[in-house]
Amino acid sequence: MKRILRVQEKAFDAAAEIAALEIDSATGALVTFTGLCRDEGGTLAALEIEAYPEMAEAEIGRVVTEAERRWPLDAVLVVHRTGMIGAGEAIVLVATASAHRDEAFHAAEFLMDYLKTRAPFWKKAHRRDGSAGDWVAAKDDDEAAAARWISSKPAL
Amino acid sequence: MKARYFAWVRERIGLAEEEIAPPASVKTIADLIAWQQQRGENYAAAFANAATIRAALDRQHVKPGTPIAAAAEVAFFPPMTGG
Repeated sequence: MKRILRVQEKAFDAAAEIAALEIDSATGALVTFTGLCRDEGGTLAALEIEAYPEMAEAEIGRVVTEAERRWPLDAVLVVHRTGMIGAGEAIVLVATASAHRDEAFHAAEFLMDYLKTRAPFWKKAHRRDGSAGDWVAAKDDDEAAAARWISSKPAL
Repeated sequence: MKARYFAWVRERIGLAEEEIAPPASVKTIADLIAWQQQRGENYAAAFANAATIRAALDRQHVKPGTPIAAAAEVAFFPPMTGG
């Protein structure tokens, strides 16, 4: 199984990243997810993402290993940015490849749910009016989204 | 051991990292949080609500009851908001 996992400041080119996975003809499904910086109704200028870099790469690796244990995957890609990310820019890219679409969809959703609650990244909001940013609070919904996988066996 | 702080824990303490030497009576993450709370106003502010603090030992998530044992690096941070 091919895996590409990276934490970086610079913007990524999703098409080039996915091409680097070199998906072969055994794969029937490729799911990609891109998380973008929302402008929150025009009030947010940028998100500043802080990381615990050494742990982030290790933790992403552990989450990907768990996804591979649950679903038969041909390839996984996770690229997560840090630093200042302007409204409209991409923050995270996840791609999963499998023989069939159900596995690829489930694995991509699982990866995002787990990354949100386990990967050591923190977002600080920078407002368009220039006021001091607040740290974005963790959402109970994200915890619940991650928790639903605890009892779910690979359904496929 | 080395202590690292992130996001608002880092801001409230005013440090990203430091060497700490807790007494032998500090055995678990919960003990370490209680010890940190009494190191000064900035630490008291950072660790005021232990329920909002997450911890890692040697770059792996741990729970409050986890023994510190021989870990080289401990990290404290708020619940994560990546993705």
